[in-house]
Amino acid sequence: MTEPLLGLGGRRAPAGGWRTATVAAVDRPTPRGVRLRLDVADRVEHLPGQHYVVRLTAEDGYRAQRSYSMASAPGDPQVELFVERLEDGEVSGFLADVVEPGDVLEVRGPIGGWFVWDGESPALLVGGGSGVVPLVAMLRTARDLGRTDLLRIAVSARTRALLPYAGELAGSGALLALSREPNGIRRAGRLTAEDLVPLVEPGQTGFVCGSTPFAETASRLLLELGMAPADVRVERFGPSGGPA
Amino acid sequence: MTGPTRGFLGRRRDRDPRLPPGQYDTGADWPVLTAEPTPRIAPETWSITVDGRVANPTTWTWDEVHRLPGSEYRGDIHCVTTWSKFDTHFAGVSVDTLLEAAGPTAEAAFVMATAKTGYTTNLPLADVTGGRAWLVWEFDGRPLPVEHGGPVRLLVPHLYFWKSAKWVTRLTLLQRDQPGFWEQNGYHDRGDPWREQRYQGD
Repeated sequence: MTEPLLGLGGRRAPAGGWRTATVAAVDRPTPRGVRLRLDVADRVEHLPGQHYVVRLTAEDGYRAQRSYSMASAPGDPQVELFVERLEDGEVSGFLADVVEPGDVLEVRGPIGGWFVWDGESPALLVGGGSGVVPLVAMLRTARDLGRTDLLRIAVSARTRALLPYAGELAGSGALLALSREPNGIRRAGRLTAEDLVPLVEPGQTGFVCGSTPFAETASRLLLELGMAPADVRVERFGPSGGPA
Repeated sequence: MTGPTRGFLGRRRDRDPRLPPGQYDTGADWPVLTAEPTPRIAPETWSITVDGRVANPTTWTWDEVHRLPGSEYRGDIHCVTTWSKFDTHFAGVSVDTLLEAAGPTAEAAFVMATAKTGYTTNLPLADVTGGRAWLVWEFDGRPLPVEHGGPVRLLVPHLYFWKSAKWVTRLTLLQRDQPGFWEQNGYHDRGDPWREQRYQGD
């Protein structure tokens, strides 16, 4: 009996070691989100969907590190990270409140070879909240390649103001499913199969990124719409969203 | 390495000695991390096979594996995404019990664990023997939830948790090491949290 093997046969994604990054720009496009533009010394070019680790060191040597997806395309001379400030977040709180242009951060990347788009095959991107960040990297890459025709995008948040990169995504034709407010003719409500039906096409790879409850729901919707489990790649973050 | 980060104090000063370097205590929460859609596996269709470099390739059904002598783990688990969870309690069967029946050959030195979804992870044989690895189907006295790998997952708690393959269905003994899913995607071949072996090259 042969079982499908995940992640075999693909090209090896690039990986970089620890680097020094200088913060070039900081802004706060959403109430809980901070966008960091970094100049990374001796940067290893990434594939869209990969992430970076940011490591902070206190005076006494205490360290904390977390992973954040990149929003930037490989052709961007800087690395762009979007970080959602978590309740009680030790690293995200620091990045959201303390970091200024000129600061130096220790970073490691790119990392991860699974949740990456190859830039040449059709893909359906489904993101919730700050889960849209790696999808933005894919969108920007498609734009750089002149292949936005390959992508179909659906993103979800409570309101447009809470959705990172809302303008950029809407401008590219992404479906915005807002659960707490209407969006055009779409009523307020969570992402549904009906939202996704027009976006599903044969031969697509599905990329689902978001909190665990979102990723669970969205990946189930894609399977219900006929996508094969082996064609759906999932990236989850944050707490489990419920009691274990 | 660079020096201190300007303005970073860090909050957790009274570090629990059970925390490996770079980890934090996730408390009561148990984050879910998977790369693929969660499969729905009916226990009656699940089985575990031990094959490869063994004298007796063997498959156990759900009922058969439950008739083996039970074994439990009480202790901590550590995820490469930097959370650790203390005082977990899992129940199932020791991997030693399965290997005793299958009989590794002299050249067997590594294991590839394969899940129902096709997920794979590689381990040195020495890391799954000697009472350090289990197949588990209970967490805190209840059936293992599907998002955490139910009905049955591998448990190798002294290594980062991606080694503890969810929805495991096969353990293949190998003479030579081969990278599994995350190991091909930039993660370490062994993954010892106390040596902070997160990525290839660590």
